[in-house]
Amino acid sequence: MSYGILVFEQLLNGIQLGVTLFLMAAGLTLVFGIMNLVNLAHGSLYMVGAYLTVCAVQWTGSYLAGVALGLAGTLVVGMLVEVIALRTLYERDHLDQVLATFGLILFFNEAIVLIWGRSALYTSLPAWLQGHVELIPGSIYPVYRVAVIGVGLAVAAGLWYVVTRTRLGMLIRAGASNRTMVAALGVNIRLLYTLVFGLGAALAGLAGLMAGPIYAVQPGMGELILIQVFVVIVIGGIGSIRGALVGSLVVGIVDTLGRAFLKPVLGHVISPPAAEAAGPALASMLIYLLMAVVLALRPEGLFPARGGR
Amino acid sequence: MSRRALALAALAALLVALPPVAAALGQPYYIDLVRRVMIFAIAAASLNLILGFGGLVSFGHAAYLGVGGYSVGILAFYGVNNGWLQWAVAIVASALVALVIGAISVRTRGIYFIMITLAFTQMLYYLGISAEEFGGDDGMRLKVKSQFSGLLDLDHPVAFYYLVLVLLFAVLYLVRRIVDSRFGMVLRASKSNEARSRAIGFSPYPYQLAAFVIAGAICGLAGALLANHTAYITPAYMDWTRSGEIMFMVILGGAGTIAGPALGAFALLVVEDLLSGWTAHWQVILGPLLVLSVLFFRRGLAGLLPREARRG
Repeated sequence: MSYGILVFEQLLNGIQLGVTLFLMAAGLTLVFGIMNLVNLAHGSLYMVGAYLTVCAVQWTGSYLAGVALGLAGTLVVGMLVEVIALRTLYERDHLDQVLATFGLILFFNEAIVLIWGRSALYTSLPAWLQGHVELIPGSIYPVYRVAVIGVGLAVAAGLWYVVTRTRLGMLIRAGASNRTMVAALGVNIRLLYTLVFGLGAALAGLAGLMAGPIYAVQPGMGELILIQVFVVIVIGGIGSIRGALVGSLVVGIVDTLGRAFLKPVLGHVISPPAAEAAGPALASMLIYLLMAVVLALRPEGLFPARGGR
Repeated sequence: MSRRALALAALAALLVALPPVAAALGQPYYIDLVRRVMIFAIAAASLNLILGFGGLVSFGHAAYLGVGGYSVGILAFYGVNNGWLQWAVAIVASALVALVIGAISVRTRGIYFIMITLAFTQMLYYLGISAEEFGGDDGMRLKVKSQFSGLLDLDHPVAFYYLVLVLLFAVLYLVRRIVDSRFGMVLRASKSNEARSRAIGFSPYPYQLAAFVIAGAICGLAGALLANHTAYITPAYMDWTRSGEIMFMVILGGAGTIAGPALGAFALLVVEDLLSGWTAHWQVILGPLLVLSVLFFRRGLAGLLPREARRG
């Protein structure tokens, strides 16, 4: 296998991680941009989506029906969380929001352990998602990962359409720039908030259920990705969907390529044993270094959200 | 003496009296528990200096527990057991790390500050995980505790307890002196209104950065204590949930009060201990409790103490 094909495949892996991150980041950044809420428990919704889907697929015996049920379930869980716990937090400062949603994470992780146990679940894919395709000559790539990339990009396009071209999107943008005015014009802002939160939850659930077959479905899986998502939205600019898309792809690709190639490349520069020791450490720190550099140069991220407060 | 001071003095007396009482009751476990609580109280007090008085919401304070812990662990690994040296290195190394992290993050505001401090701590966490020589993910055992030229034996639980107690009081006193000083006034001013403090001629950045470094150094000491307390050092010292816990202690106890963080550390860790003795799934109860405390218990435990001056 030539080096070029390897790079191509790792690039695709990076894009696949990137779209997963984007699905998470879009919901998180929408909720921040509109409700001004920092939601650490967004990773828990990712986990809930993955678990509900695994469960629903086993129950219905059909992959697509399971996915639909999992998504709907996550939407409902998200809206319930918003109504019960988060609604009163919108007017509080970020510190209170961080702490309260931190408490929610503890609750969700342990509730999942109570119901499904501590060990990881593995999901089986339907036959039509299992094979490989030859994208360029000499490279076979799993169909499932191609599907993940396709779904992610389709959702990104759909989200762009909803936010910029529909009435709901207009309300969302209006709510982000001046909530008092929107409420004064007779829009039910509380309902809008609950809807947006549910939408964000469903996107996180989608990310979780798609990540399930690639990584393990286990308690605490949400926090691993949550911190990467923070890096994404800080790099992209908090509150900006465009920034979330760019940030997700950059972080996904940098992280994946770093893990794949940093060690061999370092081996050429410094001695191989030293690269052996420093490579993995540097690779897992790479996205955080990237974030530090971006913030040092542009403290508000690459695409600062306009119209926010 | 005001009623508040009396209440605090009574709490302090309880701490002093605990080891003989626990020994008399045949419950040495409590000495261990309260020593751990006091170590976290030191960490929380250091965070309170920047969070409660400086308005810098650092979501990565556990980093310095890790730096302090690993300083002791790595020196011991290479056969340096001198406690004076180990603890001095722990403090200085934490201060240097805080200087680097602070120099970049103090420039940012609000949610960006929260997230960048979190990200730096994650970097250190992964550094700890990939340091295979020092145990990687599994961590390393501290075979010999810090040696203080025969003056003090940390293997003696009660002696170690009183050392931590003295250090806790010293740290609380130090925080009080810092907050009351001119430096502390500027720090508090920049928290309550940055524009005004600039207008009267104080740029907040150097003050906030200095406070960030002092807080890191104090927390590094807590890390060195924790390493000796558990005799085990793992990357989990720097886990982001650990940072969240320390932050919770500060808020639960009452941010911006001197004794608050210590009260918060007691409340959180003792509740954790009670719940975990009761059920393995204690976090399912603790989580909602924390949410409720944020929603409805806004002044913190220190708000329950009698007020310093009575209002008319």
